[in-house]
Amino acid sequence: MTSLPRNAGPVKLGLVIDLDICVGCHACAVNCKEWNTSGHSAPLTDSDPYGADPSGVWFNRIHTFEVVNEAGDSRTVHFPKSCLHCEEAPCVTVCPTGASYKRQEDGIVLVNAEACIGCKLCSWACPYGAREYDEDVGVMKKCTLCVDKIYNENLDPRSRAPACVSTCPAGARHFGDLGDPQSEVSLLVAARGGYELMPEQECKPVNRYLPPRPKRQTPAVDSGAALQPATPEGEAAGLLARWVDRVLSR
Amino acid sequence: MVRSVLDTGQEAVNTCPEVADEIKQTTCYMCACRCGINVYLKDGKVRYLEGNPDHPVNQGVLCAKGSAGIMQHYSPARLSKPLLRTGERGSGEFKEIEWDEALALASEWLGEVRQTDPRRLAFFTGRDQSQSLTGWWAMQYGTPNFAAHGGFCSVNMAAAGLYSIGGSFWEFGEPDWDHTRYFMLFGVAEDHDSNPIKAGLGRMKTKGQAKFVSVNPVKTGYSAIADEWIGLRPGTDGLFVLALVHELLKAEKIDWDFLGRYTNATWLVIDDPEGPEDGLFLRNPEGATLCWDTARGEPVPTADVTAKAAVVGRFALSDGRAAVPVFELLAKRYLDPVYAPEAVAERVGIPTATIRRIAAELAEAAFEKEVVLDVAWTDWAGRKHDKMIGRPVSMHAMRGISAHSNGFHSCRAIHLLQMLLGSIDCPGGFGYKAPFPKLIPPSPLPAGKTAAPERPLPGMPLGFPLGPDDLLVDAEGRPTRLDKAYSWEFPLAAHGLMHMVIHNAWAGDPYPIDVLMMYMANMGWNSSMNVQGTLKYLTDKDPETGDYKIPKIIYSDAYYSEMVPYADLILPDTTYLERWDCISLLDRPISSAHGPGDAIRQPVCAPDRDVRPFQDVLIDLAGRLQLPTFVYLDGEPKYPGGYPDYIANHERTPGIGPLAGWRGPEGKQQGTGAPNPDQLQRYIENGCFWTHKLSPDQLYFKHANKSYLAFAKKMGWIPTEEPIVMQLYSEILQKFRLAARGHGKVQPPDGERARVEAYFDPLPIWYPPMEEEALDGEDFSLHAITQRPMHMYHSWGSQNAWLRQITARNRLYVHPETAARFGIADDDWVWVVSPHGRVKGQVRLMHGVNPSTVWTWNAIGKRRGAWGLDPEAPESNRGFLLNHIISELLPEREGGHRYSNSDPVTGQAAWYDLRVRLERCRPGEEGATDPLMEAVKAPPRRGLDEGGKLRYGAELKDRRAAVAGQGTPFQEWIGNRHEVSVTVPGVADGKGNVKKPGGGGEGGA
Amino acid sequence: MHPAKSVILFTTASGAGYGLLAWLGLLAAFGVLPSERWFGLAAFALGLGLVVTGLLSSTLHLGHPERAWRALTQWRSSWLSREGVAAVVTFLPVGLFAFYWIVDGTNSDTLAVVGLLASLCCLVTVICTAMIYASLRTIRAWASPWTLPSYLVLSALSGAVLLNLLLQLWGLPHNGAFAWMAAALFILAGLVKVLYWRNVMYGEPAGTAESATGLGPQGRVRLLEAPHSESSYLMQEMGFRIARKHAEKLRRLTLLGGFLAPFVLIVVGQAAPGLGSLLAALASLPLLAAGLAVERWLFFAEAKHVVTLYYGESRA
Ligand SMILES: Nc1nc2c(c(=O)[nH]1)N[C@H]1C(S)=C(S)[C@@H](COP(=O)(O)OP(=O)(O)OC[C@H]3O[C@@H](n4cnc5c(=O)[nH]c(N)nc54)[C@H](O)[C@@H]3O)O[C@H]1N2
Ligand SMILES: Nc1nc2c(c(=O)[nH]1)N[C@H]1C(S)=C(S)[C@@H](COP(=O)(O)OP(=O)(O)OC[C@H]3O[C@@H](n4cnc5c(=O)[nH]c(N)nc54)[C@H](O)[C@@H]3O)O[C@H]1N2
Ligand code: SF4
Ligand code: SF4
Ligand code: SF4
Ligand code: SF4
Ligand code: SF4
Ligand SMILES: [Mo]
Repeated sequence: MTSLPRNAGPVKLGLVIDLDICVGCHACAVNCKEWNTSGHSAPLTDSDPYGADPSGVWFNRIHTFEVVNEAGDSRTVHFPKSCLHCEEAPCVTVCPTGASYKRQEDGIVLVNAEACIGCKLCSWACPYGAREYDEDVGVMKKCTLCVDKIYNENLDPRSRAPACVSTCPAGARHFGDLGDPQSEVSLLVAARGGYELMPEQECKPVNRYLPPRPKRQTPAVDSGAALQPATPEGEAAGLLARWVDRVLSR
Repeated sequence: MVRSVLDTGQEAVNTCPEVADEIKQTTCYMCACRCGINVYLKDGKVRYLEGNPDHPVNQGVLCAKGSAGIMQHYSPARLSKPLLRTGERGSGEFKEIEWDEALALASEWLGEVRQTDPRRLAFFTGRDQSQSLTGWWAMQYGTPNFAAHGGFCSVNMAAAGLYSIGGSFWEFGEPDWDHTRYFMLFGVAEDHDSNPIKAGLGRMKTKGQAKFVSVNPVKTGYSAIADEWIGLRPGTDGLFVLALVHELLKAEKIDWDFLGRYTNATWLVIDDPEGPEDGLFLRNPEGATLCWDTARGEPVPTADVTAKAAVVGRFALSDGRAAVPVFELLAKRYLDPVYAPEAVAERVGIPTATIRRIAAELAEAAFEKEVVLDVAWTDWAGRKHDKMIGRPVSMHAMRGISAHSNGFHSCRAIHLLQMLLGSIDCPGGFGYKAPFPKLIPPSPLPAGKTAAPERPLPGMPLGFPLGPDDLLVDAEGRPTRLDKAYSWEFPLAAHGLMHMVIHNAWAGDPYPIDVLMMYMANMGWNSSMNVQGTLKYLTDKDPETGDYKIPKIIYSDAYYSEMVPYADLILPDTTYLERWDCISLLDRPISSAHGPGDAIRQPVCAPDRDVRPFQDVLIDLAGRLQLPTFVYLDGEPKYPGGYPDYIANHERTPGIGPLAGWRGPEGKQQGTGAPNPDQLQRYIENGCFWTHKLSPDQLYFKHANKSYLAFAKKMGWIPTEEPIVMQLYSEILQKFRLAARGHGKVQPPDGERARVEAYFDPLPIWYPPMEEEALDGEDFSLHAITQRPMHMYHSWGSQNAWLRQITARNRLYVHPETAARFGIADDDWVWVVSPHGRVKGQVRLMHGVNPSTVWTWNAIGKRRGAWGLDPEAPESNRGFLLNHIISELLPEREGGHRYSNSDPVTGQAAWYDLRVRLERCRPGEEGATDPLMEAVKAPPRRGLDEGGKLRYGAELKDRRAAVAGQGTPFQEWIGNRHEVSVTVPGVADGKGNVKKPGGGGEGGA
Repeated sequence: MHPAKSVILFTTASGAGYGLLAWLGLLAAFGVLPSERWFGLAAFALGLGLVVTGLLSSTLHLGHPERAWRALTQWRSSWLSREGVAAVVTFLPVGLFAFYWIVDGTNSDTLAVVGLLASLCCLVTVICTAMIYASLRTIRAWASPWTLPSYLVLSALSGAVLLNLLLQLWGLPHNGAFAWMAAALFILAGLVKVLYWRNVMYGEPAGTAESATGLGPQGRVRLLEAPHSESSYLMQEMGFRIARKHAEKLRRLTLLGGFLAPFVLIVVGQAAPGLGSLLAALASLPLLAAGLAVERWLFFAEAKHVVTLYYGESRA
């Protein structure tokens, strides 16, 4: 017995985020805010917007981590995170009202603002911090996967993508059907070793992260990769002598 | 399907809401990148901003700033009516006045000055994009005291490029992202090409064929995704690059053909140590430069394609002097062991082996990974080539280089490296954006040696001196400009020295002024060095007369910035969605390496306040002041329609106006042509921009490409179709040096000779940043620098309701080892102490920073009370502004003179030369920044946040119920689809959610 | 987790109320419910009063209390819904039980059946309450096997302490036996809580910054910059932090002051049945109440949510 769709459809829409090229510019987060503040879950209320403690509802947030390896080398990784539209979404199963639901047709997890009692339990159940309580209206909100954009026939076809995806300047975001192993996003995930966050939580998130790739080193290591002097000594005099016969033309 | 109450509350979602009554296109202005935007308007409000997918700059993407435009447009900090100061300067006490009164007052003040001594108006503009108008206005007004922000921004890099390769980094060139195999990025956190750089990096890395090296003391943003991070010590790039040059020369890994064809490597330089022409190019009587033809055994014009020119040797001349080719001078200089990797490693902070390896990698990429395009082209001499062969090493640099006082030469060093590798404007290299390449340097000379009442200047105030004769100095060698640009202190100050204007006006050095007029520059805060001092200069009074030392200040801003309370008359501007703007080829266009482009901004919303576009105001004032070219002979204004009228109808020279597209009465011409009354409409129909795609054979080697040069001449960008020969060795610099040595009719005052001699080396040099040198031995062991956050544009971004939620306070980032040395832990509050002062901030430890360096985000810290923010806002109380401790003057030299804290060649402000030490705060000192200035008085906030809540969009939501069956199937979106399709089988080629018909495989070469 | 007063009150008060009602039901089932009308009225009023107070306070923190009825619909998956349903359902047998008892006033077979039913329902409701927390995998402290026993034993304990007090006040039979029962439960509760806390302290973390980001293979992960420099709902709700030392102190305080001290009092009180045991029962109540408040505050404050791994914690 579960309140997840009893016969979940084959379509699992989700995002794929490439940590190898995300520069941490926050474009996806702000564009998301911008689209959604008048969208399905409008508004994305801000409190104290010009005051001492500004905060607000955001569906997408960018974290920055430093990863330090054994040798003491660090790597800075920008890490965007929004709802992962989990297959076994605990935010849905814990919801006492059914306001939190997963769409059967595409797997998008949404909140019905008319039914939500604002008990916040779903936000406790979500491991990823993807639920956003709007204090002002007393209901839970969250990433809608831009459900009012991706199918919207009132929009230019090129705009029919999640706001965060189409706006990403680095092209670090992808969107598609992760339920179909042959879909383009699935192929990309397979090719790049895309992974899910906190599999131990057993939520089966749909979104995938493409790991930062190993840094390219050409030639491989520091040692012995130097250029060979053109003259044995590599001294100015020798080189100039060598170049005496060289002529150039335009 | 009937649902039971026990089912989840799945709604009938309206997947197809009506989101806009109308979508209008214009150009973003949340930063200077000039992306195209689609503005969704609903119920008269802005519903959504998205990138215009057809726009050449951003191709559909929008950055965080651009996306936050809604909050900028509705910001409660917007000014709403002209203001006249009533209290003391700085008090923030104003009364609202009508525009008539404001304009009458302004024209009275300006008119008086123009009738007596127009130089006593200093007109300086900040981050605007209308310099072609403002400069023209200043010229017609007759004051040389005009410049825009370029002088404190990156003029040393612009000048380095324009005096070396006829183009520059900045926003005037770009890497060939699609073909490059090795990309080096020097000192860039964000840059003007905000979206194009991100897009380029994303594509390049996705394709996976290039190595990306970021040279930067800090590892965030772009550096975070680099394959290799060269975390060098600030200010040492030049040394690092010259060590690479040393290695490449030693191994002879240089592109001889490129040097011979496109640079002055073979040009002969006169060797006559005491002579008046020492170091100048050897020329024939016709003035042509010469090379040594080994076949003929004599000098021949360098333009002679049959010459077999020597690269080394010392050639005796018939007049007894000798000459040597540029290359020999260069080789001798950089083969010197002082430039060997092991000699510089410690100073640069990068291991010798790493420097060596980078040199080897560069050589490998340039010479073993040639990119060959099957495109036939014809060179300037008419020779046909059946391929375009490129050295796919590209470079880009910005303020990490320019914000140092050695930036001019460091940037020249990078261009030198590019030239040796043969990687300029070739496939895979760095590419010029139109209208570049230009003559080296570009043509106008600066005007303003003298100024006369009621007379325009003979030319534009800013330009490019060709030698000492072109300096703006009087007979005694004293500066004639207020900011001392083009004086012996800063001879090549091609964009002025905005950061010195307020100081000099206060000091009356070189002379006092009457009116300071500024536009869009927050000089009372984040764009000034020495903020406290600047505020003093702005408020200081002459003890005798009791008048302000800077008598009158007119300022145009759109927001209640920190500068506003320090002006006397405020001319409130519109927001960028409420006005016309022109992004012109005469200024800073939207061109790419693929072709020229320009753009406009059109008003998409009507102002709800009593504000006017500043350009309209300028044109109105020009009419009132009867400035030539703004009025007809009978005094009637020429542009009664204001700025749009001017944009369409003004001609700089016959046929050339602000916009290049749809010229001529029919709108069929581009580049040149008579004004077209319909021009703006045509721009609007085209998404508010115009571009022209160069044909494939024009795309590369533009400096020597016959077809391109002809096109550029036709467009009016270059005077002749002659090729542009890159200058490894700068004769112009040598001219200044000769003057310093006592040659020529214009010579520096004695006190300046040594300085000019030292810094006008015709070949790139490296010297320690000037403050560092001055402080030698003192206890300021750390470098302190700033970075731009990608989501904020200076002070105007960090007031934005959405953006400030991301960063409302800035930390000081410190390496753990450094912190340990100063006894500092994460989250501690510290004093950052410079020789000039101290500022307090909170520490965050990070590994990805050079241990000798601390840094923070730029322009987050705000003045209490400004920007419509609460006086308790974290920006003003816990965030901090590094500018408090940057001095605009260097320590005293012998003789007591204090030079500006600037690059000695170009006057570029040396923001990042700052040296500091850290002192842990004592108990009780934590928790708030210092200096924590008293809050300025500010008008009440307007709109938007009733009850401390901002519910933007609540009433814009489409509340109609869903209609069953509505909607179209979703489309998969692959970011960088084209690049992904190359590496992931099964992913179709195309862009975003649009697939190329046919699909699959890589398209084109 | 942010220790919200309303939730602390909800869980402790309803736990005590259900505990008390369950004991009454059990006594009835065994036919030993004292036939003393005022005692009964007081006991039922107290039990129901606590339950209702708890339930009402639980709706206090709702964004939309007027829609609370909707919370009864998702019992098939949601423990919170189940708890709501159970709470509502429980009113039936408890109501019947109280009604019979007030009408009848004596132990009877019917009363035994209804009593048993009522106490089963109370049990189920408390289990549901506990499971709301115990079922959250995101909070390791709560997902431990000791959460359910803690709730059960603390509910039984608080019910027993209340009942003991009532029995002592009215000087009813079995009061001595019941005092021993309460005393035993104090020890049991202490034991269960010790086990719960051992798990909090030494259990395997539910996640690490490395696993949360998936960046573990590259090295140790540390937050450099949070998404927002100021506070956010998430951090206000889940970002609560309590110093280890502080927590230890509070745990000791709970164990000694909340459980051990009343245990000693009750045992000592048994030496002087009557006044002594009455005074002991009286004194044990505030001690327990304080102990429970601290225990429940700690239950939230100590619980680390895995989302904190994205906000600077290295283990949760
Ligand atoms: N420490 C440190 N200081 C620096 C730098 C650094 O890196 N570190 N960088 C330097 C550089 S390169 C630059 S370019 C400067 C930039 O510094 P500024 O040029 O001062 O830039 P901003 O603070 O963004 O904005 C200038 C003013 O323009 C106003 N404005 C915004 N929109 C409009 C409009 O539509 N119309 C009008 N009239 N006004 C408008 C804003 O309100 C603001 O007052 O800062 C310099 N200062
Ligand atoms: N988002 C955003 N975009 C902007 C602006 C903005 O305010 N916000 N401002 C615009 C303006 S006016 C400008 S001028 C451009 C500037 O654009 P950038 O050049 O990207 O400016 P900075 O942020 O100053 O970045 C300078 C970088 O140089 C590094 N650096 C400092 N010293 C050295 C050094 O000695 N050597 C090297 N190699 N690196 C060094 C710093 O760590 C930093 O990463 O950006 C423009 N675009
Ligand atoms: S927009 Fe793209 S690059 Fe920027 S933070 Fe988001 S995912 Fe990263
Ligand atoms: S990420 Fe969180 S909110 Fe989204 S589906 Fe999973 S559990 Fe629910
Ligand atoms: S807050 Fe709303 S959506 Fe979340 S669990 Fe409670 S009722 Fe469901
Ligand atoms: S999919 Fe839409 S709602 Fe979700 S994070 Fe992206 S933009 Fe926001
Ligand atoms: S890069 Fe600049 S112009 Fe482009 S969208 Fe961002 S703010 Fe606007
Ligand atoms: Mo700048």
